[in-house]
Amino acid sequence: MALSGEDRAAVRALWRKLGGNVGIYATEALERTFCSFPATKAYFPHFDLSPGSAQVKAHGQKVADALTAAVAHLDDLPGALSALGALHAHRLRVDPAHFQLLSHCLLVTLARHYPGDLGPAMHASLHKFLSHVTSALASRCG
Amino acid sequence: MVHLTAEEKSLVSSMWGKVNVDEVGGEALGRLLIVYPWTQRFFDSFGNLSTPDAVMSNAKVKAHGKKVLNSFSDGLKNLDNLKGTFAKLSELHCDKLHVDPENFKLLGNVLVCVLARHFGREFTPLAQAAYQKVVAGVANALAHKYH
Repeated sequence: MALSGEDRAAVRALWRKLGGNVGIYATEALERTFCSFPATKAYFPHFDLSPGSAQVKAHGQKVADALTAAVAHLDDLPGALSALGALHAHRLRVDPAHFQLLSHCLLVTLARHYPGDLGPAMHASLHKFLSHVTSALASRCG
Repeated sequence: MVHLTAEEKSLVSSMWGKVNVDEVGGEALGRLLIVYPWTQRFFDSFGNLSTPDAVMSNAKVKAHGKKVLNSFSDGLKNLDNLKGTFAKLSELHCDKLHVDPENFKLLGNVLVCVLARHFGREFTPLAQAAYQKVVAGVANALAHKYH
């Protein structure tokens, strides 16, 4: 389902509210992904994955920056994410289903930190946005 | 069968004790219908589901959500025999309701989001991991009698 005008406005507004903290939440989302879905740790054999890891924090910031760039390019997510898509598909060989696990954990993280903002309509818009991001990343797989 | 450590079992039951099962059920089902709109096809008789507000205030959604979560609660008391606990419901969802079992996983994940919202800081990564095991176990048990 395409991102409606309301979806885009909602996601942009939420991102403005998150401000400089997107990195913190993306890091927590990664921690939650590793904890709930241990198979995803296999992509990071070279990382210290213990709680508070500086490597996970740095990677969380990378993920956050990519998501923030995506929010700035809602009209052309496939274009904006093309290079990252190719990286994840061809070099990192990430199972596309695993992107959805991180998306889910990001939703959980934001629901935990911003319960008042994550009403049902925002939940739906955010889920749609993240689905489009994972689609754009996975479109270069296989 | 779901394999939870002693710590995970303790996390799950202590948190569940604080859940308003009736309200959380309605919220989770409502959000499922909004975030995954195709699921509305199973609830044609529920009336107005045309907007998020309509869904969340719909009395039938609330009532059904309550039913669903009370069933889930039963599951939590029988983590060692989820397949047995949900056998009849599994047959019902397959033979009468024709629900794609993929939807059980969607509802499970929506429930985890609702719990995160309600519990905030207390919904740690460990608590989430325990609940992810439970919702996966329940989804599998509900799919078990499908043919």
